[in-house]
Parts: sequence; C-alpha cells; structure tokens
Amino acid sequence: MAEALLNVRDLKTYFHKKDLEIRAVDGVDLTVFPRQIVCIVGESGSGKSITALSIMRLLPKPHGKIVGGEIEFEGNNLLKLTEGQMTDIRGNNISMIFQEPMTALNPVVTVGKQLTEVLLRHRKLSKHESEAKAVEMLKFVSVPRADEIIHEYVHQLSGGLRQRVMIAMAMLCEPKLLIADEPTTALDVTIQAQVLELMKKMRQDFNTAIILITHDLGVVAEMADHVLVMYAGQIVESVDADTLFHQPLHPYTMALLDSIPSLDDEKETLYSISGTVPNAATFPPGCRFAERCQRATRDCSENIIELNEIKPGHLVRCQKA
Amino acid sequence: MSEQTMTNKKPNGIESGNPLLEVHNLKKYFEITAGIWRHMIGHVRAVDGVSFILRPGETLGIVGESGCGKSTTGRLIMRVLEPTDGQIIFDGQDITKLRGQALRAIRSKFQMIFQDPYASLNPKLTVGEIIAEPLVVNHIETLRSSQERVVHLLERVGLRADDRNSYPHEFSGGQRQRIGIARAIALNPQLIVADEAVSALDVSIQSQILNLMVDLKKEFKLSYIFISHNLAVIRHISDRVGVMYLGKLVELGPKSGLYREPLHPYTVALLSASPEPKRENRRQRIILQGDVPNPANPPQGCPFHTRCPKVMAICQKEAPLLKEVFPEHQVACHLYNFKAKSKKEGDE
Repeated sequence: MAEALLNVRDLKTYFHKKDLEIRAVDGVDLTVFPRQIVCIVGESGSGKSITALSIMRLLPKPHGKIVGGEIEFEGNNLLKLTEGQMTDIRGNNISMIFQEPMTALNPVVTVGKQLTEVLLRHRKLSKHESEAKAVEMLKFVSVPRADEIIHEYVHQLSGGLRQRVMIAMAMLCEPKLLIADEPTTALDVTIQAQVLELMKKMRQDFNTAIILITHDLGVVAEMADHVLVMYAGQIVESVDADTLFHQPLHPYTMALLDSIPSLDDEKETLYSISGTVPNAATFPPGCRFAERCQRATRDCSENIIELNEIKPGHLVRCQKA
Repeated sequence: MSEQTMTNKKPNGIESGNPLLEVHNLKKYFEITAGIWRHMIGHVRAVDGVSFILRPGETLGIVGESGCGKSTTGRLIMRVLEPTDGQIIFDGQDITKLRGQALRAIRSKFQMIFQDPYASLNPKLTVGEIIAEPLVVNHIETLRSSQERVVHLLERVGLRADDRNSYPHEFSGGQRQRIGIARAIALNPQLIVADEAVSALDVSIQSQILNLMVDLKKEFKLSYIFISHNLAVIRHISDRVGVMYLGKLVELGPKSGLYREPLHPYTVALLSASPEPKRENRRQRIILQGDVPNPANPPQGCPFHTRCPKVMAICQKEAPLLKEVFPEHQVACHLYNFKAKSKKEGDE
C-alpha cells in the first residue's frame, strides 16, 4: 500500500473580520495518494477553495489564518516551513492552477517569460535551456505555434489556450501534486473536454496526483478516483467516485444529484433544496445542513455530528445515513 | 403546421395557429475599426442569417458556446440592438425597424431576464421600485398605486412583501434573480427572453429558479426564449432547441429528437463533451480539435468545417443551408443533402 503523498488532518482556517470569526474551513481531513485524482466538490461558500489555498499557504492576508490542524506533504509538515521554503515547493513539488486564467496569469509579461520564470527559479537552467523547455511543454499541452506564442501576451490568447498555458506552467517542474481550483468552469464545454483530457494525460505521463476542486458533478464523474463533498466548511461525505454516484449516503449529496438536470433524464420538476447555506460566522451547534434536510429531526441540530466510516472506505457526517 | 406533429407529451401549453415570433434571415454585423480615423477594416459577424419561429406557449432553447451569437440574437429580438439585415415579426407586427414611440408602445409585450444578478438590478433603487419601474415607465401605474401588484409579484416569485423596502445588495444571487423575474413579468408580457438566467447560480439555487420559471410559464401563459450554454438546463426547460455556431443556426428541432439523435456533428460533439454525472449515460466522447474560429474572419463554406470530424470536400466551398430533414427537425449540414427537402420552416 503506497504512502500517502499529502495528509491533511483536522484543518481549520478561520477569517477574522472585526468581531466576527468566519469558519471557512472547519476541521477538514484529506488524504491524497500518488497518481490519485481527488475531487473536492461543493457549492459557493463550502470552503473548498480555501482548503486548497490553505495547503498552498496562499491565504489572503491578514484576515485568513490556519488556526489548527496539520498538513503533511511527503512527510514534511508544511505548516512549519518558512515562506522561503514554501516558495521552493510552490510551482516545483506542488503546483496550482486557477479558475480565471486571465486574472491568474500576468498580463504585462509575455507567455514565454512567465514560463521560463518558473524554471529559472526552481531549476539550474540557462535562459536558453529554459526557453527550449518552455516551448517543449507548450507543445506537449497542444498549444499551436508554440514558438510564436512564447512571445505573445495573455490577452492575445483564447480562454482555452490560456488555461493550457497555465497547465504548462504548473507542470514544468513535474510536480507530484497539482491542485486545480475550478480549472474549467470559465471554459466552453468543448474546450473543457480538451482540458480535462489534458489533465488526465498529465497524471499518466508525469505521475502527478491531482486535487480537483469543482462544483460540477459532471466533471467529478469524468475525473475523480475519490470524492470529498464539502458543505459549510466541513466534509460531509468521502468515498470513491463510483459509490458516490450510485450509493450516496449524505442527504446533501443526494439532494445535489437530484437537483441537476441531466442530459438524459426526463423530469418534470427538478428537486430543489429549500433554504440557503448558513452564515459562516454563526454556524448552529449541530448538523449544518439540518435546517434544509428532509430527514432531520430535532437532535440533528443539537448533537455534534462526526464524520464516521459507515461502510468500509465510505465516510459520512450524518446520523440518519 | 398542425398540433399533431408536435411533441407527443400531454398538454404543454403550445398553441397552434399563428406564430408569436418570426425571425427571418436575421443578421448583426459589428464594425471593426482601426486607426485614429476609426475607419472600418472588417466586420464581426455575430449573427449571420438566423431564421426560426416561436409559437405561443413554447419555450425555444438556444444553445451554443461563447461567441456563437446566441446572446446577440436575444438582444436583436428584444430590439435592444438594431439588425443589420433580416426581419423580426412579433405577434404579426414587423418590429425590425421600429423606433421611439412605436417601439415603446409594444415593448411591454416582451421582456428580458439577464445573467448577472448583481449587475442587472439598479443598486440605488429599492426592490419595490425596481419591480414597479416597468409599470411606472409605461404609465400603467404610479409608484404608489403599483404597491399591491408589487407585493403580489414578490410573493409569486417566492419572496416576501417586506422585501420591497430593501436594496438589491441585501439579497443573495438566487434571490436577486427572483427579483429580476418579478420585474420581467410585471407587465404581463407574452414573451420572455432569458439570457443565461441561471448560469451564475449555484446548482441547488439553479433548480429552484428553473422550477419557478416553469410554474410561471404555465400560470401566465408565457413563451420563453431561453439562451444558455448548458445543455442539460436547456433540455430541462425547452420544447424545441436551436444550436448555434459562429453566428448561424446549425440545427433546430424538438427537444427529445435533438438530444436522442443529434444530426449535426457539432451538436453530437457538444452533447458528448458535456460532463454527465450519471456514468452509465455517458456518451462516446468526441473531443474537437482546435478552437472556435474568429467571427471576424469565419471560414469559407461551412463555418464548422475546420473542426468537423466528418468534413467533406464540399464543406470547404459551400455553406450548407438549414433544411428540414425529419418532421420539425432542421439541420445545416452537407451530410444530409440527399435527405433534405427544400421546405423552409414555417411554410405550410
């Protein structure tokens, strides 16, 4: 049994604004094995992006702080590293790609310069060598006219191309772990299909594990080996992808699956979850989904509900599952 | 066209008889200028010859990726933009060139719901004022006399009477979209154009809004043109679906027919590319190569030929016309030349 590449235990990331304590990530466990694709799925405000930023230690200062938990990568505690040591890791051992390539890439610097910057920082290559490697990687991610594109600027490229550039940049140092935060949400569906294929290719050819964050269950079905469903800062279900779609146990997961229109189902009315996500500054003591849950009883809101292994390999945070 | 050829579903509210909306060869070209004198160097062919009809009580879904011209088509129908060419006939009246007073007089019959729930509501007005605005502007009610109607509309879309005194920023995205819907139905329009109305919303809120729109359609006897890039949402809400690519309609047909047996290679690729949560339902993946061509410089012949897995020699030279291949199901593709009749849609 392989050693875990990344081990996150009881991660807590809170934001402090005036008198409020916003519990964006409130006790998250996450394990990623080499070459595994783990999807974190949830809606806005679930805490999935902040989880990723916490692992990369890229939280917005000064409000965001990791207040508890451990993050272990290849045996090293990331929370104990200095900023300099973290910078050595970012882009090198762990890379990240973001949702909006236009804002994530530098608009005033050429594509080539942004790519070579990564290599010059992390590898002892000459300028000439790093340029050659940059072109090679762009070709690998199927960017056409790679040797011309390196002289162009981000605004001259389409959304799909920009995302490929971002993936190329993230993969230049062949990281063991790639964190992708909603990488295809801003892209058209046919381009999304290309980018997802490309990410699978990365896993195949570079042995990279991927944490893929998304709200799109279709993408999860397409990509995931393992899935974590997040709600209100907590993981509510954790299981392999096949089981999630065929035998989901948490009422929120089931409600999400029911509320999505499918390309093939013929449903008159979509199931819709009543109510809204609770305010992250004032979570109720018990289950955070209880007030929107059809199965909830009074004690659901009063008891603290733990994440339990209800079946082998299947964790659920629900006492009614 | 008789009712019998329509879907075999039970009452869906679609009436036979005269169409509510007819669009003939609609075009919108935007000028591209360069230099200090802003001389014209070309056109972006945003909408390049689109024709279809909409029957009363029908929901027409228009689907396509970014830049295909679907939003521009919606705006042309709403007469927010003026067509470069073509004709728009609404409820028997030619509105293509209407302006000023004449346009304002019929504007109450068609309304729009927008994508961005944060930008489409005036932040300086209360919710009550926003919903009353169409009534006031059209001299139907005053702000004071409209209050009863405003409350009724708010409650109808699932909000509370008290909400009329609050400002948009106090509401969530889904709630703001409900406000936009209340505003759109305030004038009892016949047609609502919904431009990516649920795209900016979370999945669980999306389903609430879609259900609301379906209910309102039945209650107020509305017709919808629902524009989206999301194929599953379009399938859920539409009666008929049109697929657009680079400013043209490449396929137009009844929902079930189009999704079960898509004819145009682009539609096939689009459907296969859509991520599908239910793994058993997953289709054979077709990954298109390359990007969408520049609408300022579209390819010769069929606009899709540069990416089409089934491209033939004729596709590079001649642009195929939209032709009926099965009852009510049209496609613009040379693959079907032997099957196509030359009937235009709308001909009896």
